[in-house]
Amino acid sequence: MKKYTYTEKKDTRSGFGAGLLEAGKNNPEVVALCADLVGSLKMEAFIKEFPERFFQIGIAEANMIGIAAGLTINGKIPFTGTFANFSTGRVYDQIRQSVAYSDKNVKICASHAGLTLGEDGATHQILEDIGLMKMLPGMTVINTCDYNQTKAATIAIAEHHGPVYLRFGRPVIPVFTDPDQKFEIGKAWMVNEGTDVTIIATGHMVWKAIEAGEKLAELGIDAEIINIHTIKPLDEEAILKSVKKTGCVVTCEEHNKFGGLGESVARLLSTEFPAPQEFVAVNDSFGESGTPDQLMTKYGLDSINIIEAAQKVLKRAKK
Amino acid sequence: MKHTIKELEDIAFQVRRDIVRMVHGCQSGHPGGSLGCADFMTALYFEVMNHSADFTMEGKGEDLFFLSNGHISPVFYSVLARSGYFDLSELATFRKLNSRLQGHPTTHEGLPGIRIASGSLGQGMSVAIGAALGKKLNKDTSTVYSLHGDGELQEGQNWEAIMFAPFNKVDNLISSIDYNGQQIDGPTEKVLSLENLQAKFEAFGWHVINSDGNDMDSIVKALHYAKSLTGKGKPILNLMSTQMGSGVDFMVGSHKWHGVAPNDEQLKTALDQLTSTLKDY
Repeated sequence: MKKYTYTEKKDTRSGFGAGLLEAGKNNPEVVALCADLVGSLKMEAFIKEFPERFFQIGIAEANMIGIAAGLTINGKIPFTGTFANFSTGRVYDQIRQSVAYSDKNVKICASHAGLTLGEDGATHQILEDIGLMKMLPGMTVINTCDYNQTKAATIAIAEHHGPVYLRFGRPVIPVFTDPDQKFEIGKAWMVNEGTDVTIIATGHMVWKAIEAGEKLAELGIDAEIINIHTIKPLDEEAILKSVKKTGCVVTCEEHNKFGGLGESVARLLSTEFPAPQEFVAVNDSFGESGTPDQLMTKYGLDSINIIEAAQKVLKRAKK
Repeated sequence: MKHTIKELEDIAFQVRRDIVRMVHGCQSGHPGGSLGCADFMTALYFEVMNHSADFTMEGKGEDLFFLSNGHISPVFYSVLARSGYFDLSELATFRKLNSRLQGHPTTHEGLPGIRIASGSLGQGMSVAIGAALGKKLNKDTSTVYSLHGDGELQEGQNWEAIMFAPFNKVDNLISSIDYNGQQIDGPTEKVLSLENLQAKFEAFGWHVINSDGNDMDSIVKALHYAKSLTGKGKPILNLMSTQMGSGVDFMVGSHKWHGVAPNDEQLKTALDQLTSTLKDY
């Protein structure tokens, strides 16, 4: 098992804030919009540097999406910022008609996704957003795993033409990816090469997959760990190559098991290379109030759950 | 004036013929609101707006128009075709399979002149505001126009946009309301009354003007006046009285013609009332 260490913990949303500032410096067409959550989205640095390129919309997310769509018509590259729930479920039809169907170059940037939003509870903890967004034709869906990856992804999506949903979160978590990485949309990251079981993880679950991989190694199980940060378009080649080698797969995501990364992998495998799969995901449930760690434990999203899923799926492996 | 009022009225006659023929041709679509806005759309595209049929999405240095009430696509398609954005013959494909003239306007099929999809109501003002803000960032002094149904104002997103525009001094935006008092289920007053629209917009900080949307002279004057009000710190709202079905006697003023196509006999009756001024497509 390849060794991963970290010296600090940071929130992925701060990676977004840093990436947004960088993207703004790289391209004068980058503009930002926020629906009364500037601090939560870490947009202050961009606003300070480019006050004329920032639009405070107020608590009016539908209007924000529409204004962003309109700004693209003048060649602008708008980044909208609010919580994941208000970025997707609340404005689904606005995204569908004014952004996706209209092929507008809007970057929908969503913080506080999933259970790790914590104490605010289920009203704010969306676990359906990946599903909502991946169903929209032409939408790119990205869920990043640490500060550095989020920063790199934010810079990369500014250079990509087309609507993007970028999902990140609230809690501070280990920073373990390369600070100088080049983020490639749609390209899986091989975290660890292995032969026994494929573990595919996205977002906050990537670090947990690494923890699980270390434990599995101690148990004599050689796990291949793949980070799928881009859920759509899916890196089918990387997934198929790995599962053809290992013969079984565990998918890990901080999302409802319905509609998430796991289902995308299952769809791919069922048509190309049917293989046993276990889902580490929320079991068709809303969340609740609690600390992020408590919630991840209660809803079965810890490294122990990945270990158990790997052991279970191995028994059904094809080889 | 690029055209006399008489010339504009003649164009609007032909636009009305196009509308009823298009809707009849596919036995589907929304003739009522389209006819009611024929004069406005003609004034906009043939007199008021600075625009080019050599279409670019960005429309740099051009005035832009956004149709929020996308169901009145027939009138939009007719004025676009008659302005040279695409061939007139394409009007015959309206709402048919493989057409660029979808039931509701879309950028998806690449039809020149369309900059946003609309149809699901209430989204157009936000988009128009975004385009207007983009113009300002680009130091482009042209004007952004938008059109909205009155019933459409029941959608909440409008009021987010109506609140945003004056506060942010979006003064390069002229929004018009197709104030015909009708919606699918009946008169707006009975379905969900808009009460005093002028007072509502003024309370939000808009500069409101009134016009008769089925009187070419009134609408041209109103739009020129509206244009003179741009750049003065407030968005402009043209509260435009219209009659649904205007120009076809048996359709006038009734919500029943919101989304129903005329049959062969009704088409003949309608066309008898609408002189062909330009050539039919």
